[in-house]
This record gives sequence, C-alpha cells and structure tokens, in this order.
Amino acid sequence: MSSRPLPQPNADTRPFWDGCAAGELRYQCCDRCGQVQLIPRSLCAGCQHTALAWKVSGGRGRILSHTTVHRAPTPAFRGDLPYVIALVDMDEGFRLMVNVQGGAEPALAIGQPVRIGFVEVEGMPLPIAQRLTEVSA
Amino acid sequence: MTMNAFITGAYDTAVGELPGSSCMGLHAEAALGAVADAGLKLSDIDGVLCAYSFTEPHLMLASVFCEFLGIHPGFCAAVQAGGASACIMVMQAAALVASGQCRHVLVVTGDNRLTGLSRDGAVAALAEVGHPQFERPFGISVPASYALVAQRYMHEFGTTPEQLAAIAVEHRRHAGRHPKAQRREPITVEQVLASKLIASPLRLLDCCLISDGGAALVVSSRPAAADTSGRAIEILGAGQGHTHEHIVAAPSLVDFGCKASSAAAFARAGVKPADIDVALIYDSFTITLLVELESIGFFERGEAGAAAARGELGLNGRLPCNTHGGLLSYGHSGAAGGMFHAVEAVHQLRGHADARQVADAELAFVHGDGGILSAHCSLVLGRQ
Repeated sequence: MSSRPLPQPNADTRPFWDGCAAGELRYQCCDRCGQVQLIPRSLCAGCQHTALAWKVSGGRGRILSHTTVHRAPTPAFRGDLPYVIALVDMDEGFRLMVNVQGGAEPALAIGQPVRIGFVEVEGMPLPIAQRLTEVSA
Repeated sequence: MTMNAFITGAYDTAVGELPGSSCMGLHAEAALGAVADAGLKLSDIDGVLCAYSFTEPHLMLASVFCEFLGIHPGFCAAVQAGGASACIMVMQAAALVASGQCRHVLVVTGDNRLTGLSRDGAVAALAEVGHPQFERPFGISVPASYALVAQRYMHEFGTTPEQLAAIAVEHRRHAGRHPKAQRREPITVEQVLASKLIASPLRLLDCCLISDGGAALVVSSRPAAADTSGRAIEILGAGQGHTHEHIVAAPSLVDFGCKASSAAAFARAGVKPADIDVALIYDSFTITLLVELESIGFFERGEAGAAAARGELGLNGRLPCNTHGGLLSYGHSGAAGGMFHAVEAVHQLRGHADARQVADAELAFVHGDGGILSAHCSLVLGRQ
C-alpha cells in the first residue's frame, strides 16, 4: 500500500548510491582541506572548495548512538518493528545513519565496532550495520 | 541594554482537541485576541509574521492569513524554523520595529494538528524533516532522532530514565495549575517508566502532545508602545544558534546551538542565567529540555536530571520552568507550541499567571528549538 521512502539519487548523490549497488561504501574527501563527508554535495562543507575526490571506505566503524524504534513514522515501516537505527562513526572520519542487521538483540553498546554491509530494500541497495566482535574487528 | 522593542499584546486560544477548529481560524482568533489585549485596532498593525502549517500548508502562509483576516499590512512574511519559529518571529519583529520599518508587528501561529491531521498523520508529516536520502530510508522519525541524542547523552553524562521521567512529572504538575492545559491529571515517575516505548530510551510520556491551538503576540516599537493599553514587556535580548539540520550531520550529539543563542541573548540583555526568575524552554521531549538546561548553563553537565528529580524546576524551585506545562503537558500545535512558551512568559511577567504565578517574576528566558536541536533562538524578556 504505502512504500518506504527510498533514496532518489540526484547529481550530487548518484556516485554514492551507484557505490552501494557495487558493494562499495563511498565518501567524499576534499582535495584542499582533506575534510571527509558522507552526504555527498557539490562542495566541501568545511572550506567550500569544489574539487572533491570519491574514496571507498574500509567499511569499519563504531556505534556513536542507537535507538530501537517501536513507533513507525509511516505504515511502510510497521512490519519492521521493532527496528534499530544507529549513527556510526566510520574509521575514515565520516558518520552515517543506518539500520542494524538483526535488530535490538543482542543488545548494542555505544562504541561497539560494526561493519557496513548492504541490503536490498524494494530493489534499492541500502547500507546496513553488521555487528562485529572486538576480536574480529 | 535594550533592543527597543516591546511585547504589548498576547493571546492564546484554547488548546487540545478542538473539533470545528481550522488552522486559519485559530490564527485569526489568536491575532484578534492579541491585538485587543494590546488595546489596538486591527488597522494599527502594519507588519505580520506567520510561521507554517501542516493542515493548511502553503508557500505563502502569511499572505494566506492576511487574506483570510482581511488585512493589508505594509510588511508580511512567513518564518519556517520548526520549534524555533516563534522565538525567531519575535526576534524578527523586534528588528522590524527597532529599525522603524514597522510600529506594531503581529506575530501569529496556530494549527489544528490533532483534529486536522490525526496522531498518525502528524507523526508521518514530522518524519519528513529527516534527510530524504540519508535518514528517511532507515525509518527515522523525530522521536527516534531525539532518542539518538538521549542515548548518547545518557551514556556520556549518566542521566537516567528516572531523571527524564521526573521532568515529565514536573511538567504535568505545572499543567495541573493551568485551567487550559490539555493534560492535567498528575502522573508519577513509575507511570512514565511504564508508558510504552516509542524509540528507546524515550517512552510515550517523554514525548510532547499533539494539539490544536493558536497563539499570537504584538511587538511594538518604543514610541508605538505608548499607544497600547496592556502592560508592555520589554525584549531585552535575543540570539540564535544554528549548527545543522539533520541529526546525521550534527557536529555533536551533546552540544547544540542553544549555547550560542542563549549566550548572545544574555549578553545583549546584560544578564546571566542565575538572574532569570522563570524559564520557558522548548520541551518537545524530556531529553530536549534536559540538554538545553545544561547547554545554556542553568545547570552543570549531568546535573539537570537530578535537579528535576529534586523539584528544582517546580513552581517554588530554583528555576521554575515551563509553568504552563510546556509541550509535554500544556499542548503542542506546531509553531504555536513554541509561542505558548512566549505567551506564558508574558503572563508571568505581567503577574497574570494566577495559581502558577512565580512570585516577583521580573526576568524571563524563552527558548525555542527547531528540527533535531538544529535551529535555536533565545529571548530574554523583562518586566517594565
């Protein structure tokens, strides 16, 4: 009935979503000041320089914060309840919002290492966090 | 110090579930009430600022409102900054009158968010503030965004769910003294902790209400204030702080623009947090208020929760806060939610707050936050 709000890539973001389809987590890095950014745009949010390089993340990061959602924003998400949303700080210095594979159990901890994988949602590959133990990290 | 601007009229409509209300109808009622409160005629109003609406959204809401009411001001514009809108409108109105561009600016808000949209509809509409590509595909909502802040904040500073619950309990106690408040029956910490999870760690009673209602102010220049009949309240200071829009892009999950906005407002007014008699601070969630109280400097880091549990935000506490009951218990109808805080400040400073009056209230601090602690505006208001 109602479908999930899927990303509609635009000129700025298409390389990121193409990367997801290719199994790569891509991010932008400023050629001038070196600042990294996850949400792609036409300039660097640090120094407004317009020459940015696309890089591929190693896919490792740590949980900055997380929440288990019990009240869906729209009917499209009701079937997924409860689901986990996390902010993940990646080793390369950028941050992204993702769901966490497997949901709330076992309990997540702030600082816990995760790996970013990809999951196809209604034909669109989205990044998703997968738990890593400290040992395998 | 002075900003050469005065609040000369204030009015709030009924709040809660108001069958038969409409967005523009609530705007009109609030506007006429505020103009009458100032002792002015509608024709005295030469500037109009509106905010936004979910039930009657329009690209030019201020023009829609002026057409609805049948007025033709010399200045008319809409401000859209979520929960910061009301304070930003007051700050903008102050600039308009202080610069001589207007004499009396009407700032008016209202929406029938509850009856016009339903709870599900309001939750869905609000979720659209999430980033369309980098947040919304993951099922983000406004409560979930604030929950991400709460989880991190509790981790860093030791704030407990019981302390957040104490904030909700105190707001309900405040609302119990306000005959117009939407939710007046007392609640306990245990009830808050037993209410259903919305987005962990936030539960239903950690979240603001969804309401119908409207509120308006008249802001006048110093010379024009002499034409008004109500007790004028001086706008002593104002400031803003903006760090991000989307929570995924916030530079910090514990420091937000309220620090800069309040510092600017206090500096402009020449006062400090300890001088404030009554605070009206945006409380979309219990965590919102807690973060703001500590960032603004009313409490040290990690101490606002314990202070709330000790009753320090109560009517006779160290910092009476949200004496009308706030968004948590008085009501929240879009931009009017933040305007209720400003109107309550006027009631307090005029000594008209009845059973919830803070004794000898001379200085009020009003604060609005829009987005996910994204846009902030602070006001310092003073009794003449």
